[in-house]
Amino acid sequence: MSTDSPLTQAQSDDLRAIAGMIIPASVEFDVPGADDPVIHADVVATLGRDMALVREALDQLARLAGAPLVGLDPVRREAVAMQLRANGGAAVATLIRVVLQCYYRDDRVVRSLGLEPRPPYPIGHVLEDGDWSLLDPVRARSPMWRRA
Amino acid sequence: MLRDERGETGMNDPVDVLIIGAGASGAAVAWSLAETKMHILCLEQGGWMNPATYPSTGRDWEARAFGDYSPSPNIRAWLEDYPINDDNSPIRVVNFNGVGGGTVMYTAHFPRLHPSDFRVKSLDGVAADWPVDYDTLVPFFEENDRMMGVSGLAGDPGVPPRNPPMPPLPLGRSGTSLAQAMNRLGWHWWPSDTTVATVDYEGRARCINLGHCTPACAQGAKASTDITYWPVARRAGVELRTHCRVREITTNEYGMAAGVVYYDADGKEQFQAAEVVVLACNGVGTPRLLLNSASARFPNGLANSSSLVGKNLMFHPYAQVYGYVNEQTDSNRAPPTCLWSKEFYETDPSRGFVRGYTFQFGRGVGPVAEAVASEAKGLLPWGEGHHAAFRRLNGHRLGLSAICEDLPEEHNRVTLDPVLKDTNGIPAPRIDYRIGENTARMMEHGIARAKEILAAAEATDICVNSPILYGGWHLLGTARMGADPASSVVNEWGRSHDVKNLFIVDGSLFVTSGGVNPTSTIQALALYIADQMKERLANLFD
Repeated sequence: MSTDSPLTQAQSDDLRAIAGMIIPASVEFDVPGADDPVIHADVVATLGRDMALVREALDQLARLAGAPLVGLDPVRREAVAMQLRANGGAAVATLIRVVLQCYYRDDRVVRSLGLEPRPPYPIGHVLEDGDWSLLDPVRARSPMWRRA
Repeated sequence: MLRDERGETGMNDPVDVLIIGAGASGAAVAWSLAETKMHILCLEQGGWMNPATYPSTGRDWEARAFGDYSPSPNIRAWLEDYPINDDNSPIRVVNFNGVGGGTVMYTAHFPRLHPSDFRVKSLDGVAADWPVDYDTLVPFFEENDRMMGVSGLAGDPGVPPRNPPMPPLPLGRSGTSLAQAMNRLGWHWWPSDTTVATVDYEGRARCINLGHCTPACAQGAKASTDITYWPVARRAGVELRTHCRVREITTNEYGMAAGVVYYDADGKEQFQAAEVVVLACNGVGTPRLLLNSASARFPNGLANSSSLVGKNLMFHPYAQVYGYVNEQTDSNRAPPTCLWSKEFYETDPSRGFVRGYTFQFGRGVGPVAEAVASEAKGLLPWGEGHHAAFRRLNGHRLGLSAICEDLPEEHNRVTLDPVLKDTNGIPAPRIDYRIGENTARMMEHGIARAKEILAAAEATDICVNSPILYGGWHLLGTARMGADPASSVVNEWGRSHDVKNLFIVDGSLFVTSGGVNPTSTIQALALYIADQMKERLANLFD
């Protein structure tokens, strides 16, 4: 299958299910889970060059689960997810990364962290100058470098 | 432009000086030689950068560092990148190909080598001394500081006197916490010299803390040579031809460089004749090109009578240590460069190794980078506890790296891969590298001291990355300079021992690596060599 072709519905469903297990929604922190439809759409739409490895990870997941992940009972689903994480490797790491990188740029999530949902440019940030008197004991030292 | 008789290879008007590579050193040497009014041409395999498309202009700014703005050419895989087989190395090569070269993506940390770094054999009995010394390079360090625009603070007892033209970056929260920790231990620290403009400087806007410096600075506050040297050099008449990938340097019947064969932006083969050829492709690209320029006269590669082309590769293994504090740090809201420490730079035999390292302190990372790293380290759980754990980690990281001196060892080398090729069919480089015993002991020492520093800062959940896998920024030593043709590739002013109109001006020249980021010294060397060329124009090939 070409790496440019989209995920199958089954792969997309499994990806969404495992994403929700990595990061579930939280009432306490007032944030969606990574299986939120907007976040899932972002993940799928931006797989790009990661498509092949993500598909490989989803194949691993499908083999471990033996059935659609969302259809498994909670105990079995948890065991499959933990096994996938324990297996590791580049493909699984890539799957986890694409979930995390989309989740932690979602406006709702970014705001919940106390951050502004915007790119760094053009506003930037303010950096405190700090207390330069901290340098006083260092200034008092003799030259440390060797003359050669 | 002319065509040859077969109409297959484009023939271009000869130039006086042909520079290959428009990065840190190529830009500096082009600017310096421009005053001679010679016809100077630079061929660059990449293109001009467009800051409007840099990652920090978009919401996917962190994600792109894992993709099209990865520092690894194998991951980035732009058309202008060439693949590198670095499977047999614990450190992967990272670089950037385009106008500005590695300076587009570097951290802008800008220390100089120390005087002792040029006298390693004499002082410590290892490796070899350089054929130049620190004092010789001082005027060129100063000239380069002015051209690149360096921010920093004079008075550091850890380094020889220097006067950065701009004030240092603020300490910020991260710098303050780290400085307090260092003071508790009584260890040296100082605000780093950087090429981040802290005030408006020579047409560059001051830093506004985008915090995402390494995948290129959209503000233009970080000095990359596409916005420092190149505009001036081009105004002075230097021609810069982009998307031109050089395949080989050709030689004539006298054993002199005749010019280069390259592929233009359309993939068309071209020949460019030149009186002088200057290599500025750094420590992997330069030996690759010399080895790809083998001929009947030079069967082992060009300029390789010493058999040292590609050997003695030095990386600077990084031992990175970080942890988490209760208070907020600057994380991604400031340039990553912050402080340095020279406490363990000079040789102290009681430590169990010779030479030393610089501590380079960081300010933290953004939320995506934190999430990915913490998940991989097992600090960030899946499921129920994820959110609480992430809020304890994100924006609370303090870290530092020991940038360790790598000694030259011939088995660490760049060769040509027998299979791998770039998009033009040119054999790609292969890296064979392992960390030496002295360096390994140094890294362990650095990790132990870094943990003490983080303990003094009351950090917990300490993590270690040693070496940093994608940390092969500093590509040094693969065509080293020296007075003896048997033990060096170029002479004490950068001219090939074998081919008297061929010069090298990049990190390949380094005899030893020192324990600092090398760009400042690479550029000072390039300016020094350009100056030597200008002084010797009347008898340059004697």
